[in-house]
Amino acid sequence: MEKEKTKNPNQNSFLFNLLTNRASSMTLAVVFALVFTSLLVWMMKANPISVFQTIITGAFGSTNNFTQVIQAWVPLVLASLGLMFTFTAGLWNIGMEGQIVMGAIFSYGIIRIFDGSDASSALVIILCILAGILGGTLWAFLVGLLKNFGGVNEIFGGLGFNFIADAVMLFLVFGPWKPEGVANGSTKMLDTRFWLPQIEGTYLSLWALGIAIVCVILVTVILQGTYFGLKLKAVGKNNKSSFLLGIHTNRYMLLAFVLCGVLAGLTGALQVLGFNHVLRNNISGGYGYIGLMVGMLANIQPLITAPIAFIFIALSKGAAGLGIDLKLDSNLAGVIQGALVIFVLIMDGVRKVLIKKFKGVQSG
Amino acid sequence: MFSKRIWTLVSLLVVMALVLAACATPTAAPAPVETEAPVAATEAPVVATEAPAEPFVIGILTVGPITDNGWSTANYLGAVYAQSKIEGAELIYAENVNSAANPNTTAAQFAEQLLDKGANVIIFNSDDMKDGVTEFTSLHPDVPVIWLTGDFAWEDGKRYQPDMKSQSDVFSKMEYGKMMAGCAAALTTKTGKIGFLGALINDETRRHAAAAYLGADYCWKSIRSETTPIDFKVTWIGMWFNIPGVTLDPTQVADTFFTDGYDIVISGIDSTEAVTVAKKFRDQGEDVYAVQYDYEKACDVAPDACLGVPYYNWGVDLLPIIQSIKDGTYTRQFVWSDPDWSDINNPDTSSIGFKKSDGLSAENSALLDQFIGELAGGLNLWTGPLNFQDGTEFLADGVEATDQQIWYLPQLLEGMTGDSVTK
Repeated sequence: MEKEKTKNPNQNSFLFNLLTNRASSMTLAVVFALVFTSLLVWMMKANPISVFQTIITGAFGSTNNFTQVIQAWVPLVLASLGLMFTFTAGLWNIGMEGQIVMGAIFSYGIIRIFDGSDASSALVIILCILAGILGGTLWAFLVGLLKNFGGVNEIFGGLGFNFIADAVMLFLVFGPWKPEGVANGSTKMLDTRFWLPQIEGTYLSLWALGIAIVCVILVTVILQGTYFGLKLKAVGKNNKSSFLLGIHTNRYMLLAFVLCGVLAGLTGALQVLGFNHVLRNNISGGYGYIGLMVGMLANIQPLITAPIAFIFIALSKGAAGLGIDLKLDSNLAGVIQGALVIFVLIMDGVRKVLIKKFKGVQSG
Repeated sequence: MFSKRIWTLVSLLVVMALVLAACATPTAAPAPVETEAPVAATEAPVVATEAPAEPFVIGILTVGPITDNGWSTANYLGAVYAQSKIEGAELIYAENVNSAANPNTTAAQFAEQLLDKGANVIIFNSDDMKDGVTEFTSLHPDVPVIWLTGDFAWEDGKRYQPDMKSQSDVFSKMEYGKMMAGCAAALTTKTGKIGFLGALINDETRRHAAAAYLGADYCWKSIRSETTPIDFKVTWIGMWFNIPGVTLDPTQVADTFFTDGYDIVISGIDSTEAVTVAKKFRDQGEDVYAVQYDYEKACDVAPDACLGVPYYNWGVDLLPIIQSIKDGTYTRQFVWSDPDWSDINNPDTSSIGFKKSDGLSAENSALLDQFIGELAGGLNLWTGPLNFQDGTEFLADGVEATDQQIWYLPQLLEGMTGDSVTK
């Protein structure tokens, strides 16, 4: 019997179309987030328009500000891309922070080996990046192993490994890797020849930017243009069915962790070589957690990750000026980011419910 | 399908409108109400023939909030002092410039923000910003930078950076203030046990802790005429202020000191936990006190629980440098200034002072004044025989330490317990 959808009289109404169209629904979410933030700002007795202007000026008001946004976009987009693999496989890699930290530690370890030597800068930088990738991968692999063979939920495993990574970091920077005579939570600064080359007069490294762009393309191709990506998606959508259809689900989940770890480790290495130029506490910059928000908004579409990460980091960097201009806490950017995620998720939920209720009900 | 396209288009337009609205130049605010009588209508309007002079902008980065009642407050007020004395000067600041509060923005990048907003000089207020000073000056070698507590401009220093031609360092000899703190503690203690609540470990904190010990040891032996050695213990929390999960909790450290019989805690951190915990113990009937640090009013949170505070008047040293930048006569300098011994609490002349609090008895207050008088008269406690903590000789009998030996003190001194780092 041919199925036909039930026709609901509300289906052509303005409100129904507004809420069920993806673009308008997302726009509404953005508007709600801005209104919500404006209300908060207003309650803090500040002018919301001034706040948004300050953020935009802080992010794009000068070449220097803009290059800082681009520079900070690199680690965020890499972290977000890594999470695309685990999101696709239906996994929550909360351990991304620890994986970035381990990437940074491994990377700096190479610097220590070659510090004072006359080894080629390019060789050392490449080795640092590879070591960083190894560190991040190893840490993610351990979470995956615990998930697959120990039955430990990846959220708890990831959190546990985050704490361990932080403890290792603190031990190193306050202990054997502290600068001579000083213990201030940071190693000594890298010799400038081990910095990723920067555009003169800015803090931006084109090498780091290039790596990020290549990763966006690669991850997009892997997830959306290969059988591997298709199978990973199947595992994420329905693990049991995938297993019954012959996909080695455990292997694929472990691979998702490993690939995520690769990008996390790369992020950590670039944090050392291209941004901080030291190993220090908080080296991960919270990118693992912000990346989770970006990933949720990107809806497992790697290409979309790039602009969303850009908006998020522009908010963060732009908000640094809030304290200077308006004497407001720069953490307001985090409120806007969080509000964006919450309202997008709410509106997406509303959209899906409406579609299911009025379009998806079938008779027959 | 058509409907879907319409909705998408409308959404795009809404997003564009939002962006444009945020980017638009704000409508001019209503003119402030004039408080002066309006000029008589018959007077000819004054036609401006010159553009108004560009304001001279002082920018300062503070590692903590400017309201921390400690280090950052004192630094900020120093900049405010300089601004108030320089005609037409403005002050802008960025606070909480540290990796815990702002992990994705370095000190150098905050400095860029101040520069973008017109800063003519940028003050970095923490030893923790050493890398930020390095990065910023490498990109802006001509922008005057003042690094509080730094030594890059010290030609005789270990970290002298000859290429940073526009960078100056400013510090004052807080070692004297710490000696006064140590003396006040030694005069007051009943148990003979003094705790030092240390921040992180570096040259600066080591020499300050050692100076506090020297002051305590001197007043214990020479003024109180005690024969048993004083127990002086240093516990470092790992940072200038509490960072949960990263540093030791200063509240807990101070609590442990008092519980273990240390009845005086000398604070070496930028916040006020020592005196707050002392007050808690005093409220429970314990006879304990704290000595605060950094900011003149740091004892105000609990004056009865506080013996006093060695504090900074940063403005005294900042003013002439910043004035010279404005006047175009600036040259790079390293400042490590002495107190004004004629009046250490003169806000216009003394870069450090010691403000007594209610916890210090009248008798001990007089004895402390006697000690300060001896320091003013030339008493040098950095005189041998002094040994390092590991027993090796620091200064032979009668030998006075050089500035370099004091600044770069490699270990705590014999008689102190606690980590020196460079073991």
